[in-house]
Amino acid sequence: MEPLNALVSVTNFMLIPAFAYGSQLALGALGITLIFSILRFAHFAHGDTMALGTAAVIGGTFFLQAQGIGLGGLPTALLAIPFGILVMVLYLLAADKLVYKYFRQVKAKPLTLVMASLGVMFVTNGITRLFMGVGETRFEDGQRFLFTVREFREFTGLAEGMALRSAQAITIITALIVMVVLFWFLTRTRAGKSMRAYSDNEDLALLSGINPERVVMITWTITAILLVLAGTLYGLDKGFRPFNYFQLLLPMFAAAILGGLGSPIGAIVGAYVVAFAEMGITFAWRRVFSYLMPEGLEPTSMMQLLPVDYKFAVTFAILVIVLLFRPTGIFKGKVL
Amino acid sequence: MSLTARDLGLFAIMGAVLAMVAMFQSPQLAVTILNMSLISAIMALGVNMQWGYAGLFNVGIMGFTAVGGLAVVLIAQPPVPEAWAAGGLGILLGLMLGVATILAAVVVYKRMSPSKLRGFAIFGVLVAGYLITSYVFGPAKQAVQAVNPASEGYLGGANLPVILAWPVGGIFAAGVAWLVGKVSLGLRSDYLAIATLGISEIVIAVLKHERWLARGVNNVTGIDRPVPRPVDLQPQPWVQSLAETLGWSVSQTASVVSGLGYSLLFLIVLAILIWLAERALNSPWGRMMRAIRDNEVSARAMGKDVTRRHLMIFVLGSAVCGLAGAMMVSMDGQLTPGSYEPLRFTFLIWVMVIVGGSGNNWGSVLGAFVIWFLWVQVEPAGRWFMDLVTSGMADTSALRQHLLDSAAYMRLLTMGVALLLMLRFAPRGLIPER
Amino acid sequence: MAEPVLIGEKMSGGYGNGPDILHDCTIAVEKGEIAVIVGPNGAGKSTAMKAVFGMLNLRQGSVRLNGQDITALSPQARVGKGMGFVPQTSNIFPSMTVEENLEMGAFIRDDDITRTMAQVYELFPILRDKRRQAAGELSGGQRQQVAVGRALMTKPTVLMLDEPTAGVSPIVMDELFDRIIEIARTGISILMVEQNARQALNIADKGYVMVQGANRYTDTGAALLADPEVRKSFLGG
Repeated sequence: MEPLNALVSVTNFMLIPAFAYGSQLALGALGITLIFSILRFAHFAHGDTMALGTAAVIGGTFFLQAQGIGLGGLPTALLAIPFGILVMVLYLLAADKLVYKYFRQVKAKPLTLVMASLGVMFVTNGITRLFMGVGETRFEDGQRFLFTVREFREFTGLAEGMALRSAQAITIITALIVMVVLFWFLTRTRAGKSMRAYSDNEDLALLSGINPERVVMITWTITAILLVLAGTLYGLDKGFRPFNYFQLLLPMFAAAILGGLGSPIGAIVGAYVVAFAEMGITFAWRRVFSYLMPEGLEPTSMMQLLPVDYKFAVTFAILVIVLLFRPTGIFKGKVL
Repeated sequence: MSLTARDLGLFAIMGAVLAMVAMFQSPQLAVTILNMSLISAIMALGVNMQWGYAGLFNVGIMGFTAVGGLAVVLIAQPPVPEAWAAGGLGILLGLMLGVATILAAVVVYKRMSPSKLRGFAIFGVLVAGYLITSYVFGPAKQAVQAVNPASEGYLGGANLPVILAWPVGGIFAAGVAWLVGKVSLGLRSDYLAIATLGISEIVIAVLKHERWLARGVNNVTGIDRPVPRPVDLQPQPWVQSLAETLGWSVSQTASVVSGLGYSLLFLIVLAILIWLAERALNSPWGRMMRAIRDNEVSARAMGKDVTRRHLMIFVLGSAVCGLAGAMMVSMDGQLTPGSYEPLRFTFLIWVMVIVGGSGNNWGSVLGAFVIWFLWVQVEPAGRWFMDLVTSGMADTSALRQHLLDSAAYMRLLTMGVALLLMLRFAPRGLIPER
Repeated sequence: MAEPVLIGEKMSGGYGNGPDILHDCTIAVEKGEIAVIVGPNGAGKSTAMKAVFGMLNLRQGSVRLNGQDITALSPQARVGKGMGFVPQTSNIFPSMTVEENLEMGAFIRDDDITRTMAQVYELFPILRDKRRQAAGELSGGQRQQVAVGRALMTKPTVLMLDEPTAGVSPIVMDELFDRIIEIARTGISILMVEQNARQALNIADKGYVMVQGANRYTDTGAALLADPEVRKSFLGG
């Protein structure tokens, strides 16, 4: 029995990746939940906008690399993020002006706005692929590991190794900073409070002199920031493929609904629940248990509850279970 | 079943466009577009039942068509006796155990009063059931997949006439839809969207991963076809003489004839479905459905069981999608789970319904034709356009190459723009609901 | 007679392009006074108030605030001109704290709002204790206090209340009316629609009895209470 080795193993293969993945999902789900509470529709273009934002960052990264500009040990992409954010803010505001604003003004049903977001999804999808194709693009550079398996082993003397990739560390740190800043913004600033007020009670917000178009603009801007960060971090961690971003739509929505649509804290909690459940259930526990069980009783099978291909099934199952027992999500969300 | 002169005119224009494709591009292409348009029309019809009649937002069309496609394999393919001998029983037993586990959990849920204990009991039942099931199922699955994996490695089908797979495909999809609907209908409206999105991904994951079922990503090819293949038609004397009359090559004639055979079958199915759908829409039942759609609250207040009606229409619409999915697989003669993409199989169908005119069956059909035509033709048009734009550049120019390679994605852009323009300027579609 | 602080004069109109609900209806309130609109269900009481606040299109008549014609202004602009409005329902931001609700009330102000907030807390001491609590978690009476407090944050010259006591207990209602009198004493004019006609007329300087979108009786609150006709038809004897 070697519980320490088991702990290292589970941290290395399950907890760290899940934490990083959960952080990426959380940033995405926050955007979905913000759009839902302010603009009151399910933003289906979210995954593809995320892909486009990441594409912009990648473009910036390649440009910087060609100029020989870098961040030393850190990925060059971090330097290109402001550029990506700028591009996406402009893109989303343009999409709002050209598409969503009209439907808002004629007070269209929420599902019409959802349809419109499908249209934006197609367009965004096409633009991303025009630039990037469908293949995988890797843009992570700099120092790949904060510490490697071998360094960890030599340092601790344990049989089991652990590595921390810089992309994962950056993801977790960035996500935590962004969440703190977002909450500070929403609870402490005038603009943030006006967003919450608008989300709470649109008519009263109007009566109080809050300008809805301004609130909408701020929402898209924040969404753009969240999108670009989430997309870039995901891409640094796992490589960039447009279709993977589209597929993130399901876990991101699941996270937002799970936590309670419209509740930012819910989106974050929901994202980590989804991430840890997905990873935990599709994780092969054999190695971990081989340290935990007494000698001679080591497991022979993979001890994997479900193959990795079924990670969507896990997301879906959690979603169904939560919705059956608590339809408003973990933190009370809005009803459409 | 009223079509105005304007609607007929729109259909006539569409027909003329296809005729032009036959004349200026190639007859095969025209027939291919026609056939896929017919299949898309049936899918759009199914979605229109759900959306147009009842306002249900289904974004899992891909899953239902794929389930329909699975039916073709399970019905038409010959069984693999070695595989059955190796693990058939184990798989059947495993499936039954799986179902029994879920049923047991449901029974526990219904019988016990709500408490922590119930939660643990359900959890216990599920875990125990999972362990027993995988103990039986796992080895059987491995055994089946080990049988001649290069060409088989699955249980095979029932070796029945392939045409039978079409209704069965509908039934399969209906079954899945019933399960999804049972869970998510009656909750908030956006839950159905997320639930269908999820289930469609799961269906594809199952098809890709469960190789014992339909060979997964190894694909099932060479499935029996309901219409003679072009290769079999070529030696036929009447085909050869037809080719001579038309002045076409024999192979071209054979593939057009074979394609038109499908067109005929698909047209029959489409005609029956339209007839049924129109009758249903204009019956008291259809009026009730639309009343529910337009004002759910008052329909509920009048004592209508809205959730049940929704479940019914959801199952029916999904069954139509499953039928179309089965038709598509039997036309291709192969099931390739890797080719199912939500953009193509779910969202494109939505564009068809919206562009055609939601709530109008004829509109969905027209929308399917228009959008599928664009989908096929925008790519060459995009390539031509890119070629024109970049004609000043050197042939070796990286940018030119990149733009030419990317022309394929113009179709996504076009679809998006078409959808947005329709929503903005003609939200009721080409043929509006009456 | 001097021009009242706020007057909606000879107003006729309805919602959107629908039929007229108001017919030649006049509502006015003097500085520091309380005016109450009462009448049977469907008489157009709330509609009259909404007309004064610019929430429906007037076909005829005008609205003047401090002698200035504001008929063409949007409700938001009227808030800027010094009108505070407390809707009957959804009149708070439920997920925001009491203090944030008050802050949002003062959204259009650029100056220091701490004094106004202190005044509101003085008026409704319970709100000071609960200022960090989400407004949606408060009791019905406390929520109404939040709603009134929010409207006071713009330092309005006229405060309009649409059935402020709907759904609260009689004790809370008395308490709320006391507060409203206090507000009026600070020089703010109050225009109020009320179901509880008798109690409302008790505190009213002026009462408007409306029937079918038109003025039926207009007098001081006391006079209306004393009028046998009004008592019989509208106050239950």
